[in-house]
Amino acid sequence: MSSKQQSVTAASLGVGFATGLYGVSFGALSVAAGLDIWQTMALSLLMFSGGSQFAFIGVIATGAGVVPAILSAWLLGVRNGFYAIRMNPVLSVSALLKPIAAQLTIDESNAVSLLGEPDRKKERLGFWLTGAAVFVFWNVFTFVGAVLGSQLGNPTDWGLDAAAAAAFLGLIWPRLNQSKLLVLAVAAAFVATSLSVVLPAGVPVLLSAVLAVGFWLFGMRGGRK
Amino acid sequence: MTLWSAILLSSAMVYSWKLFGYLVPEKFVSNPRIKELAALLTVALLAALVGIQTFVSAEGVAVDARVPALVVAGVLFYLRVPFVVVVVIAAAIAALLRLLF
Repeated sequence: MSSKQQSVTAASLGVGFATGLYGVSFGALSVAAGLDIWQTMALSLLMFSGGSQFAFIGVIATGAGVVPAILSAWLLGVRNGFYAIRMNPVLSVSALLKPIAAQLTIDESNAVSLLGEPDRKKERLGFWLTGAAVFVFWNVFTFVGAVLGSQLGNPTDWGLDAAAAAAFLGLIWPRLNQSKLLVLAVAAAFVATSLSVVLPAGVPVLLSAVLAVGFWLFGMRGGRK
Repeated sequence: MTLWSAILLSSAMVYSWKLFGYLVPEKFVSNPRIKELAALLTVALLAALVGIQTFVSAEGVAVDARVPALVVAGVLFYLRVPFVVVVVIAAAIAALLRLLF
């Protein structure tokens, strides 16, 4: 095994374990939001996309009902589609394997696969190994978190509401790499928080998607020079 | 709709993005403007969730133990402290403040 291949393997397992570990916080928060252990496990096994999962339980926890929860989770999953578009020619897998590759197409498997560029073999190794490692660790640790969370009692006594806020901050943090995105983030947080006073729970989160489209259209009008 | 059907439906909808990417020809979607929209949507939704999770409670908008916890979390993320450590510290700060005040 070459040293670069070794480094892709090490990165895959390291990222898989580290990402999996915060499945503990997802499991605990999900139970605090009112889901049972099996519903929590279903999200980690079937939805398998951290941002969408945290959004789903976050919106459920506000008492908004299921429709805004479903839509928030769905909209947050859009980026996986773009990773899939990048991975498709890299993996060039058979039609039979595509549904499995699709389920493992997440932030982390895409990111580690990029480390292997331009070597196709390393890109593929990084994708499959990271995807599989995150899937295994994420689900094991979700279960641990859900069991722990169900023993805790009142979630706010343990600060789990603050933990959920910190989790969302951690998910957005690496994406704030342009001043435009930072401005949008502050505006979206402010607008959603303010509107929550007058609108039914869950709706303000979805309206932030409208704000994003507004920013997008405004950027288009500004034009590329 | 029951919670179970919502979990199954939303999981299928999230999966549909992943599968979609493997089925469409690349040239239809390689437009950088479309990629930019995806990045903007992700940031706006997550930021809205940060705001609501930090300031909104059953009684309306409130500044409570969650706010100092989030400020500390921001500092720790800036210092590149691992995700799970930051989340635990944020919970501990909020829990401690509620115990004391």
